[in-house]
Amino acid sequence: MNIVVCVKYVPDATADRKFEDDNTVDRVGVDGLLSELDEYAVEQALQFREKREGEEITVTALTVGPEKAVDAVRKALQMGADSGVHVVDDAIAGSDYIATSLVLAKAVEKIKADAGADLVVCGMASTDASGSVVPAMLAERLGLPQVTLASVVESQGDQVRIKRDNEGSTEVIGATLPIVLSVTDQSGEARYPSFKGIMAAKKKGLETWSLSDLGVDAGEVGLSVAWSQVEDTTARPPRTAGEIVTDEDGSGATALVDFLASKKFI
Amino acid sequence: MSEVLVVIDHADGEVKKPTYELLTIAKRLGEPSAVFFGSPDQGDAVAEKVKKYGAGKVYVIDDAQIKGYLVAPKAEALQQLAEKTSPAAILLPSTFENKEVAGRLAIKLGSGMITDAVDVTDGGVTTQSVFAGNFTVQAKVTTGTPIITVKPNSAAPEEAEGAGAVEAFAVTISDAAKGAQIVATQPRQSTGRPELTEAAIVVSGGRGTGGNFEPVEGFADSLGAAVGASRAAVDSGWMPHAFQVGQTGKTVSPQLYVANGISGAIQHRAGMQTSKTIVAVNKDPEAPIFELVDFGVVGDLHSVLPAATEKITERKG
Ligand SMILES: Cc1cc2nc3c(=O)[nH]c(=O)nc-3n(C[C@H](O)[C@H](O)[C@H](O)COP(=O)(O)OP(=O)(O)OC[C@H]3O[C@@H](n4cnc5c(N)ncnc54)[C@H](O)[C@@H]3O)c2cc1C
Ligand SMILES: Nc1ncnc2c1ncn2[C@@H]1O[C@H](COP(=O)(O)O)[C@@H](O)[C@H]1O
Repeated sequence: MNIVVCVKYVPDATADRKFEDDNTVDRVGVDGLLSELDEYAVEQALQFREKREGEEITVTALTVGPEKAVDAVRKALQMGADSGVHVVDDAIAGSDYIATSLVLAKAVEKIKADAGADLVVCGMASTDASGSVVPAMLAERLGLPQVTLASVVESQGDQVRIKRDNEGSTEVIGATLPIVLSVTDQSGEARYPSFKGIMAAKKKGLETWSLSDLGVDAGEVGLSVAWSQVEDTTARPPRTAGEIVTDEDGSGATALVDFLASKKFI
Repeated sequence: MSEVLVVIDHADGEVKKPTYELLTIAKRLGEPSAVFFGSPDQGDAVAEKVKKYGAGKVYVIDDAQIKGYLVAPKAEALQQLAEKTSPAAILLPSTFENKEVAGRLAIKLGSGMITDAVDVTDGGVTTQSVFAGNFTVQAKVTTGTPIITVKPNSAAPEEAEGAGAVEAFAVTISDAAKGAQIVATQPRQSTGRPELTEAAIVVSGGRGTGGNFEPVEGFADSLGAAVGASRAAVDSGWMPHAFQVGQTGKTVSPQLYVANGISGAIQHRAGMQTSKTIVAVNKDPEAPIFELVDFGVVGDLHSVLPAATEKITERKG
């Protein structure tokens, strides 16, 4: 069995994230890393393997992104994935969800032909785009059941069950492998790479594919053919700090209530 | 004018406020038609509600074959409705489920999609708030039928008389779309408080509560507010995940947000930074949350909040 885990390289959320002049996300000038939410996906892929002792299971980490995005795959290898694939091509820059999901789907199909893809694991959202749509779109393109936003994952044989928090309820979802799974940050703390893991990662296979390796035409992806276009990006004016009072013997509560009343909240 | 499909947000036939906001936005783009996924015998009652906000038609899609499975059947149903009606746009309330429906529908229809819009102009230009609310982005769908998911509180609902003509729409759901089965559903207990994402006032508690949410809840009730929590409070098991505000929880944009015992990490800001007025109570004067506030109290929430609650209750008489 082979598990494909999709990991995205994103600008660090705690750094000054910004846009380029063409309104695409600055992925070069700002330090990047493996999206923290995709660490949970790697963790669940590894646990899936570890819980099935005696079965031959491999984990392939897959990313689509610029040169530096290979760091996201390396981190996954350090955590314990067995091999990595980095799809990089100048034509991909500025792709929307439609194109990104297309390239990911083609890459999964190629991995499937070589090693199998019985389970595709994603994070709940990328920390930059926060769409939470790519896993569903990947399922649509691959024609697989989508079992998304799992806070708990259990499996037996080819059956997978998850718990999912919906708007007004908690649901249990069941499906039969192969599936596309996405997991939330409630699914369990992700492990840190060990020293041994970091050393071992250096010897693991890491392939670099271009669009032509996937049989995707450059005209199908990228900024110029995106089905939606960003027209403008504006930095939000920083909030100016308001009045701060220090509570002394109940003065804080009085001041707070006066403020709320002045704004007509009471 | 072309139709604009608006997917109704409801719980067992009880129409929710974001539906009226979406109908109001839909009028800017064309002729609003509401789409009801539910039990056909609730169709008329739902139509009565949505026609007051301008719905000309109300498509009733029997969800008997849809509700037992995750996402894929809804996308198929909307594809069939879109092919019949050639709408000018399709609007959905921005929930996790609807975003996934929108994503699949976009591929099926060969159409562009925009998620989490907080505004849509009559020209179809959307506004989104990104990077934890630090940037706003203006975007537009340029291919196919614009599919847009819209966040709650994105427009003030405007009443407008619509015909509200009910039309049953029959759909065919493929076996392939039934791959992810909903085996069990546990409805969340109602707290009796307003819904987090729709509330005008949200009062949240963090690690600083030390696990005692009573002061936060009491204060919230005195203001008629919804209660929220930071991830630290959720991870500690003090509040269910459904109450989490932030990047991996709910995004709220109320008139007033009160953060108590919350430091103001970027991931928390992501869920509340666009609130109109922000207030914080925190005992650390250096807490980053104070950079955002319109009003802040440096103090212990366990004394400030109960005292404030008492004063508010007194005022109200
Ligand atoms: C990928 C990712 C996603 C995340 N998603 C979210 C998310 O969705 N939502 C979220 O909230 N966080 C999220 N986080 C976590 C976030 O980074 C912070 O760890 C979290 O918000 C901290 O919660 P807190 O402010 O309650 O706790 P702390 O940071 O520990 O702050 C507690 C505050 O309480 C104050 N305090 C203590 N005692 C009192 C008292 N008696 N009275 C008044 N004040 C007191 C302290 O001064 C301090 O400022 C995420 C993190 C990651 C990595
Ligand atoms: N460029 C990418 N490369 C690899 N995986 C991705 C990429 N974009 C999105 N994903 C996966 O899809 C999930 C959801 O992303 P999004 O829909 O952008 O919020 C992420 O957590 C990843 O697992």
